[in-house]
Amino acid sequence: MPETVTFFLFAALAIGASTLVIAQRNPMYSVLLLIASFGALSGLYIQLEAPFVAVAQIIIYAGAIMVLFLFVVMLLNAPKEDGADWDRLHPLRQPGVARWGTLLAVLLIVQLASALMAVREYNTPVGAQSDAATVNSVAAMGRSIFTRHTFAFEATSILILVAMVGAVVLARREGDQ
Amino acid sequence: MIPLSYYLILSATLFAIGAAGVFMRRNLITILLSVEIMLNAVNLTFVAFGRYAGDLDGQIITFFVMTVAAAEAAVGLALVIALFRHRESLNPDAFTSLKW
Repeated sequence: MPETVTFFLFAALAIGASTLVIAQRNPMYSVLLLIASFGALSGLYIQLEAPFVAVAQIIIYAGAIMVLFLFVVMLLNAPKEDGADWDRLHPLRQPGVARWGTLLAVLLIVQLASALMAVREYNTPVGAQSDAATVNSVAAMGRSIFTRHTFAFEATSILILVAMVGAVVLARREGDQ
Repeated sequence: MIPLSYYLILSATLFAIGAAGVFMRRNLITILLSVEIMLNAVNLTFVAFGRYAGDLDGQIITFFVMTVAAAEAAVGLALVIALFRHRESLNPDAFTSLKW
């Protein structure tokens, strides 16, 4: 069962790297671990017959967004979270509260997992009902984006433009002309 | 072949990790990274359901989510830089006043 093995390998990598992202105190390591998590997700997309999404995941997320994060982490040069008093004295930081919250979160995930396992039609193999050729065609996807989803695509371009202008305005120093 | 529920459970777990990160971390950059984890968990759900239903729309909406995530990261990081300039801190608890 090579498919099962690769699925669990990628799933373990994604969950492990994501957990370490939020466990690290140094944001630099967090960013690098998140890139590993995105690589694992990209492998899962390949398994789900979505080659375009897999490549876009690497190029856009790992290549562009994470480089932006790394750039800001290096620019701000603030490697450690400040251990200020209000941080350690925060009511949600008390050990009892934290343990209780973790217990509730784990219970929620177990409950959700058992509910999903109980639905019979979700336990059929993911590709059983459809042919792989209907979903892995990049040509068909491009046709759909530029016909059925033209409006959303054009709206996205305006969003990117607004975000670009907004980022420049926000990051500008006050008093600059 | 892997059942659909495995993908959904993985996605739910990743989303929970991201949500925990947003609540637990006291660093604006790590909080933004946790938001990215949550967006990726939802992307995985979309692609898995699209494969299950034999429909391309799951992958297309993932593409749009990625573009919105890029815009969000750009604006969010610009805000972080602007805030850091004012307070020399990345702790969200340092930004409690609306005006200074």
